Amino acid sequence: MTRLLELENVSKRFPVGKARLPWSGPPSRVHAVDDVSLTVEQGETVGLVGESGCGKSTLVRLITRLLDVTEGKIWFDRRELSEIPARVFARDDARAHIQMVFQDAGESINPRFTAADAIADPLRRLLGLRGDALHARVREAALQCGLPLELLGRFPHQLSGGQRARVGIARAIGTHPRLLVLDEPTAALDVSVQVTVLKLLDQLKQDLGLSYIFVSHDLNVVRLLCDRVVVMYLGRIVESGPAQAVFENPLHPYTRSLVAAVPRLDGLRSDIPRLNGDPRSPIDPDPNACRFHGRCPVGVDRCGVEMPPLRAFDGERHAACHFAG
Amino acid sequence: MTQSGTIQPVLRVQDLSVAFHTRGGVVHALDRIGFAVAPGQTMALVGESGSGKSVTAYAIMGLLEAAGKITGGHAFLGETDLVATPPAELARIRGRRIAMIFQNPRAALNPIRAVGRQIADVLLRHGGATRFNAHDRAIEALRAVGIPDPARRAKAYPFELSGGMCQRVMIAIAVAARPQLLIADEPTTGLDVTTQAVVMDLIRAMAEETGMATILITHDLALAAERAERIAVMHAGHMVEEADTATLLAHPRHPYTAGLIAATPTAAGSLDALRSVPGGLPDLRGKDIPACRYAGRCERRLDACAQPLSLRDHAPNHAVACWNPLESAA
Repeated sequence: MTRLLELENVSKRFPVGKARLPWSGPPSRVHAVDDVSLTVEQGETVGLVGESGCGKSTLVRLITRLLDVTEGKIWFDRRELSEIPARVFARDDARAHIQMVFQDAGESINPRFTAADAIADPLRRLLGLRGDALHARVREAALQCGLPLELLGRFPHQLSGGQRARVGIARAIGTHPRLLVLDEPTAALDVSVQVTVLKLLDQLKQDLGLSYIFVSHDLNVVRLLCDRVVVMYLGRIVESGPAQAVFENPLHPYTRSLVAAVPRLDGLRSDIPRLNGDPRSPIDPDPNACRFHGRCPVGVDRCGVEMPPLRAFDGERHAACHFAG
Repeated sequence: MTQSGTIQPVLRVQDLSVAFHTRGGVVHALDRIGFAVAPGQTMALVGESGSGKSVTAYAIMGLLEAAGKITGGHAFLGETDLVATPPAELARIRGRRIAMIFQNPRAALNPIRAVGRQIADVLLRHGGATRFNAHDRAIEALRAVGIPDPARRAKAYPFELSGGMCQRVMIAIAVAARPQLLIADEPTTGLDVTTQAVVMDLIRAMAEETGMATILITHDLALAAERAERIAVMHAGHMVEEADTATLLAHPRHPYTAGLIAATPTAAGSLDALRSVPGGLPDLRGKDIPACRYAGRCERRLDACAQPLSLRDHAPNHAVACWNPLESAA
C-alpha cells in the first residue's frame, strides 16, 4: 500500500486569555492537539474516536488544512502541506483532493442552495468547471451517491435526512478527492437510514479507491467501517491499532472505559468502573504527567511525574500507558 | 400488561390519540396508544423520528402545542386522569408528581440564571422549601446528583458547565420534588458515551431511592436494552410491540421491531450483516391512513393487513399489533 497521508509530531496550541504585558511571561495556551503522529494508507479507513474536547475536530481541521500547525509536519501524497499557510492552501491544487463531509448536511449546506447548487459549488470554485461539464459532473456525483436526479432542484428543507446526507457526500466526492474526512456523517440519522449511508460510504470507497478519516462518537459504527482506529484523549493519541483488536481487547485504561460505556443489545453491562468526572483542563497541561492521570482507575504516582510514551505492541498496535500489555 | 399482583402502576395510558391541525390537513400523530409503568420501573419508548415518542410524552404532560389536541383516551397518574385535568391543576402536577428532562440540557436551562437558583426556584414552587433554606437545599440537590464542589457550582451559569454537568442539573431540578414519574426524552443524545453511562446510572439510582417510575424515550435500541425493564416500539403513531426487554430483543414478533434490531450496529458482526428498514413513514394526514401504518414497508404484508388492528397479547406480557407476526422461537 502507498502512504497517502502522514502526520509527524503535529501539535496545535491556541493562545487564551488577555494580551499580556511584555514582562508577564508567555500567554497561557490550550494544547488542543499535542504531538500526534499518524498515517493513512491509500484505500484505508482510519477511525478517530474520543470524548468531546479531545482534539478530534482540531486534528481534522489541521488535516484538511483549515488551520495551520504550531509544530510538526503534514505530508499528503509525498508533498509537505504543513508549510503552506491555510489561506494559500485554499487555492492549492491539493485542496480538491482532501474533502470533508460534515455532521448534519441540513445545517452545513447553504439553505438557499438547491441540491444541485450545493454539489456544483466546490466544482466551480476548486476545478473552475462551467456549463455542460459542470452539469455532467454534478449528475455523476449524484448518481454515485444514489441521489435521484429529480431531487437535484430541491432545497435542503425539502429533502429527508438520508437524502441530505447523500447531498453532503455527493458534494464531497464531486471533485474526485483521494482523502475524505467524515465528521460524524450519520449522527443525525435514524438507524435504518444510517445503515444505507454507511453502506454507501463503503461502496464509494471501493468504487473510487478513496481513503477515509472517520470521526465518530459511535464506537459501533467505527468498528464496522474502519480498518484502523485512533483513540484520542486531551489532545494526545492514547491508543491505536486494527479496529477489531482495539475494541475486543483494549490496551489503554481509557479505551477500556470507553468501550465498556457503550450500551449493548444483550443488556449485559461490564463491571469496568465508570469514568467519573471530566477531563482535566487542556490549558498549559503538565508536560510530565499522563493526561489521563487523576481520572484513571489504574493511575499511580509515577503517572503524575512521567508522561507515558506511545509504545508498540504486537499486531501493529500502540498504546500510551505505563501499564499496558 | 404489567400489573404483577397488587402493584398499582404509576402511570396507565389507555387508547391515547392525538391529532395536529395543520394547514395541510389533520395529522393523526398518535393512534390509540396504551401502556403502563410500575413504580421503580423503566419503560422505554423506542422508534425512529416521527414515530410519536415525544408527542406521547408531551400529551401526558399536557404540553402539546396549540395545534395539537388529544382526541381520545386517558392517562391515569394514580387515580387522576391527566387528560381530563384542567390546565391549572395540571400545572401543579407537573414538576411535583411528573417531571421531565430533555435532550440538549443547556438549551432547557435558563441561560441567565445561576443553576443553584434554578434548582431553588423549583424547590420553592414544588419542594416545600422556604426562602431561608432553599439555597442550602439546592446545594444539597447538586451534591446528590454527583456534582463536585456543589457550593461553588451553584453559582455557575449553564454555559460554564459541560453538557453532562448540565444534564445532572436538569436531573436535580426534575427530581427536586420527588416526582412519581420521570419522563426522560432522549436524555443522553449529544453526550459522550462515558457521560451517558454516568447520567443513566444517576437516573437509575434516583429511581431506586424514591421508587420513581421512568419513561425513557430514545431512538437507541441498545440504550433501551441496557436501561429499561420493558420496551414499547412505536412506528408512525402506533404502538406496534410491547414486551419485557429480554423477550422483545430475543424474540421480536413485529416485523418492524425485527427490522430495527437488524439495523442497529451494536449487534452486527460486519457491515454486510446490517439491514436497513426500507421505505418511510406513511402520510398521516386525512382519512385514508392504512390500518397498519407499517404495511407499506412490510415484507410480510397480507390481504388481511387492511383490516383494523390493535395491540393484542400474543403471550403473557407480550403485545403485538400485527396480522402476520414473526414466529415465536420459544
